[in-house]
Amino acid sequence: MILRVTDIIESAAPEARDTSIESWCAGRPASELLAACAELEAYRRDQANLYRRVRALFFLSAIHRYHLPTRSEFRRTGRVPYDGFSRMLERRFEEAISGFLRAQDEQGANETLSSALAAAYHELGFQTLADQVRHTVRATRGNAWMFRLGHPLDQPLRVRPELLRAGASDTPHPILRECTPVRMDLTHCGWSDIFFLGMDFPEGARVLNVSIDLSVHGRDSGPRPPVEAYFRVIDEPVIRLASVDLEATAEVRGLDELFDFGRDYLGLLKASIIAAGLVPPGIERSGASLAELLAIIFGPGRGFELVSSVNRIPKGSRLAVSTTLLGALIGVCMRATGQIHSLGGPMEEPERRMVAARAILGEWLGGSGGGWQDSGGLWPGIKLIEGVAAQPGAVEFGVSRGCLLPRHTLLGTDRIGTAARLRLQESLVLVHGGMAQNVGPILEMVTEKYLLRSGVEWAARRKAVATLDEILGELAAGDVRRLGRSLTSNFFGPLQTIIPWVSNLYTERLIERTRCAFGDDFWGFWMLGGMSGGGMGFVFAPERKREGQARLQEIMGTAKRELENALPFAMDPVVYDFAINEHGSVGALLTGADALLPASFYQQSVPRCLRQEARSLTPRDRGDLQQFTQAARRHPEYGAVLPTLLERMLPSSGASQDAGRLSSLLDENGFDRVQHEQIRADLRHGRIGLAMNRLPPSTRIDDVAAGALFDPGSASAALRERGEAALRAGEVAVVTYSAGVGSRWTQGAGVVKGLHPFAKLAGRHRSFIEAHLAKTRKAGHAAGLAVPHVFTTSYLTHAPIERFLRETAGAELGRTVWLSPGRSIGQRLVPTVRDLHFAWQETAQQKLDEQKEKMRGSVRAALAEWARQAGEGSDYTDNLPSQCLHPVGHWFEIPNLLKNGVLARLLAARPQLRTLLVHNIDTLGATADPAMLGWFCESGATFGWEVMAKRVEDHGGGLARIDGRIRLVEGLALPREEDEFALTYYNTNSCWVDIDRLLGLFELGRADLADAAKTAAAVRVLAARMPTYVTLKDVKKRWGHGQEDVYPVAQFEKLWGDMTTLAECTHAFAVVPRARGQQLKDPAQLDVWQRDGSAAYIESLGEWT
Amino acid sequence: MKVRKALITAANPRQRELPLQMLIDQQGESKSALQIVLEEAAGAGVEEFAIVVCPGDEAAYGAASGPLRDRVRFVPQQDPRGYGHAVLCCRDFIGGETFLHLVGDHLHVATGVVSCARQLIGVAESENTPVSAVQPTHEGLLTAYGAVGGRLVGGERPLYQIETVIEKPTPTVAEQQLLVPGLRAGYYLCFFGMHVLPPEIFELLEEQGKAAGRSLGLSPALHALATRRRYLAFSIAGRRYDIGATYGLLYAQLALTLAGRDRDRILTQLVELLAIR
Repeated sequence: MILRVTDIIESAAPEARDTSIESWCAGRPASELLAACAELEAYRRDQANLYRRVRALFFLSAIHRYHLPTRSEFRRTGRVPYDGFSRMLERRFEEAISGFLRAQDEQGANETLSSALAAAYHELGFQTLADQVRHTVRATRGNAWMFRLGHPLDQPLRVRPELLRAGASDTPHPILRECTPVRMDLTHCGWSDIFFLGMDFPEGARVLNVSIDLSVHGRDSGPRPPVEAYFRVIDEPVIRLASVDLEATAEVRGLDELFDFGRDYLGLLKASIIAAGLVPPGIERSGASLAELLAIIFGPGRGFELVSSVNRIPKGSRLAVSTTLLGALIGVCMRATGQIHSLGGPMEEPERRMVAARAILGEWLGGSGGGWQDSGGLWPGIKLIEGVAAQPGAVEFGVSRGCLLPRHTLLGTDRIGTAARLRLQESLVLVHGGMAQNVGPILEMVTEKYLLRSGVEWAARRKAVATLDEILGELAAGDVRRLGRSLTSNFFGPLQTIIPWVSNLYTERLIERTRCAFGDDFWGFWMLGGMSGGGMGFVFAPERKREGQARLQEIMGTAKRELENALPFAMDPVVYDFAINEHGSVGALLTGADALLPASFYQQSVPRCLRQEARSLTPRDRGDLQQFTQAARRHPEYGAVLPTLLERMLPSSGASQDAGRLSSLLDENGFDRVQHEQIRADLRHGRIGLAMNRLPPSTRIDDVAAGALFDPGSASAALRERGEAALRAGEVAVVTYSAGVGSRWTQGAGVVKGLHPFAKLAGRHRSFIEAHLAKTRKAGHAAGLAVPHVFTTSYLTHAPIERFLRETAGAELGRTVWLSPGRSIGQRLVPTVRDLHFAWQETAQQKLDEQKEKMRGSVRAALAEWARQAGEGSDYTDNLPSQCLHPVGHWFEIPNLLKNGVLARLLAARPQLRTLLVHNIDTLGATADPAMLGWFCESGATFGWEVMAKRVEDHGGGLARIDGRIRLVEGLALPREEDEFALTYYNTNSCWVDIDRLLGLFELGRADLADAAKTAAAVRVLAARMPTYVTLKDVKKRWGHGQEDVYPVAQFEKLWGDMTTLAECTHAFAVVPRARGQQLKDPAQLDVWQRDGSAAYIESLGEWT
Repeated sequence: MKVRKALITAANPRQRELPLQMLIDQQGESKSALQIVLEEAAGAGVEEFAIVVCPGDEAAYGAASGPLRDRVRFVPQQDPRGYGHAVLCCRDFIGGETFLHLVGDHLHVATGVVSCARQLIGVAESENTPVSAVQPTHEGLLTAYGAVGGRLVGGERPLYQIETVIEKPTPTVAEQQLLVPGLRAGYYLCFFGMHVLPPEIFELLEEQGKAAGRSLGLSPALHALATRRRYLAFSIAGRRYDIGATYGLLYAQLALTLAGRDRDRILTQLVELLAIR
């Protein structure tokens, strides 16, 4: 029997070692859990073994995050020391933890400090794992020399002589080409190929990986290896880079430029050159000359050109296109320098392994990283890839249980026959659903759950591992029908058990409709890669595959149109054609007239050449023109490019159309041009800006004591009865802010947050709006009278929400469900460089790990340059019109109710209405709770504000005594970053409003609401008293084939919490439990939200239809 | 085992002038590089020499051979089919004996009084096994040499059991296949241009010649030798100088002089040169 928590980690017996931390914590009081934390803390500090240390860290994080806060005797409030918090942002986690533990000794253990400790332990755990992967990548044999090389004269690599031009100077340089298939994962391996898992649980790290050729159905002529890399020597001492898909080129003249991954779209190409050893990582910052280094490899005055093409396969395909491209680029560079023996044909097994190891290195350099199966396209056909236990002599031995690189076993036709392969190809339809999402948080969740061995999820993982053998057997037998069934069970079973967020409403709608359309001839659904919505597979009876391709295109198109306001789509869905590739990555030396780069390369480069005077063309340009001209005559693929050349030389008319749409949108939504010009002038002259948002440094800021707040836990029966009576009398309505587009939720993708079907509640995916309506429905039924619910909207959200409510609420819309359209709009501006630097340097920022920090640094330099070039303070117009506008903050939401007549209509329909509960769309726990309502009614206040005990993740201000007066204060208004850490309570942004007192504040009565001019004037007067904040928001700009860029743009806001600055009305404050007050701002919160019981709590609040 | 014969390759068509270059040896005498190589071997007890040359070079090489001319037989390589093929051309001359093999574009300077060739032959005779001289070489120079992988045999002398031989490896390959425990990081055992080889090397070359394309290398045959029998590498107390490399002749001359009679004189000249430059 296990007594001590460290026994779980230490035990050699699997049944003990696989005990979940939940089962160990169950039934233990807070005092025992705190003692376990102390034991784990001492243990992990002494422990040399990496995985024991990491597991102890995740145990500590879980106890502080999930278990201590659920103990009723555990203290709720405390303070996070700012020093510890800033150490955490600087990634000095050990120091942060020491600081938090000292504070715990001083304050006593509490939920606030536990939240900080949980975060710090969690981060330290991941940092320890990442450091180990990095260390192993560097130490892997074949990689290590590149980190030692620090001077050009030490460069041992030499270009293969076959790549140097033979003969006259007008002979084209030979071109080396690498063609590589992408990989698909036939089992979805339960993410077991994540490095952390593979290195700790090699026996469970198994995938069935297939190399495939690909083409877009209906667009391309037929499947071919989609990834191509081209290499040629050039007679200039530079590195030329070109990505034909991203239409980006660069000429690299110095080492610093090459190591600057974020300055353009060519980071992947740069990483490949470094990982291939041509410009080894050890030479970074050596001050050496790139030309000198190139002269050693290629000869004096020479350099090389590297060109990539993925044949317009869209991003987010879940087929590991990026890693495959990295592998192809590294492969071609290694062939060119003799690190791969042959110039043509496939690679040898040790060479493929080396390229795979270098691809991992390249991903680390570029600050990204997938799993170890992602370079599977280098290998031919179907293969089983498995984790390998670390043996003596391996760099991993003694550090981790498994090796960094897995073992590849090719499954030839003896294991999986030709007929079976054919059957798979005849039944499977591959698609890209159009969603491109960040899989990073999913991979972190998977790792954490594995280390915690959470009961259900651990069982699901074991089942997923076993599924592989099942799938392998079915594939070998050519039983694709059963294979489809197993894949579907895997998706709906183990995968969703481990990570519910791999599925979404869109995917499930596709599956459901395909099943309806094809019945028994739809054999199964197959999730590719990290999460669904992008690359996916549908298995059909072979005789209906063609029909399946056509119908899926329609089904996806329709579902996308239905959901595009709710879910982040990056592109229109596409259907692929595919074929199993039996060769893997193959090289070819192209010489003479065949020395051609891809047709799209010429499509982009030839117009540039044609714009120049013939005499100013370089010999390389002339050579390219000559080669292209000849190729256009001989190859239809090159000839087809000719008509588009002229189009490219003429300016596009698209920009002026967008400008026209933007202008009409502004006019339709009451844009105030005079005010806008004033704001622009103020911004440019430095009168407003991020720095000016702050209160004067002399402001006295004190914390608020618990005694000043109402605690609903202590609410009397009388208060509750008072609230219930008000509900029965129909005196209350709920107002939900729904004007926002979830900038954080979708990283600026611009979807309606209220409509986002974020989680399954009561058995199916529900949006925020559905969740709120379910709660009001329940409250109404309890009171015997429906509670009116108003959703405030903006130009971005009104039409989609209205459409949704018409479909779901039907006749209730306008009776119990109301929409309050926005009446204010702003136009986003290009930020000032001053504000960008303020945001990046003066506000607390999470420091990233070394390579990611470098990436961020160069991206920021590029953004500052963009702001300068686009014009600081000028209108932001280089995007879809809707992305150039912004709502002007939630202060206007309630005044809009006055201005747009909705409050007047509401009062007319229900004259007894006295109180509004106003809350954010993502505050799922906000309800018309009788005790809270009773308290507010009894308080006699104009506003009743809900706050909650702060946790480390709660940023953005809180409740404070400012110069002696209690009020809510925004984080961006606090004079110093650390001021926020002296506050105990966080603003939930939920607020009770007495309607008549509010109207009094505007110097209006109920009857005045019919007078639009008077109401508007009253709003304008009060608005002028409210502070205006300048903020930076991230906006996505989509382009190409699923590509996205994120730009920070400036906008202006007034915030409702600032009503607490008004001294002429009374304010009451209540401290509510976290379950009621917490907000869902980021999808990465969802997993915690589900695990800590919040999801179940929300389910219990609603009446679900 | 008695090493009586030496085989010297000098048939690289691109480097046929190298062995004819004149240098001043340790005793201050002007000699061709070829004569210095021959004297190195003769000083270690070698009695007969075969030099593989490009057809037509015999007379010039004969003149450059100095007093040992009479003990030298020239073997023209009619068709430049690689280093291994050049060695194979001397099969009749070597017969069934173990022999010393040197390359015509390398000069060797021992650290102590015992010459490099004598050190190597001493090891081969005492171990009664083929031995190649090696020098720990920085990975930056790997692509200029053949390199071996293996393990330290133990004992007083720096002897290694050879397991792998690869010609001019990339550092990527070297790190995977040629790491030798005990060497400094980034260093590999690269050939010194001096081997004591058994006659069975010719059989191996002949076998591989049948399979190889146009060019036949020596390293694959040495690798095959390592798989068939005990084959050692000896880290010699001395340095090799590749006179075909950039500034190679200058370095070789400096090394010879600084290890010889005129050391002080040249050092003084160098210091003077440094002072005015």
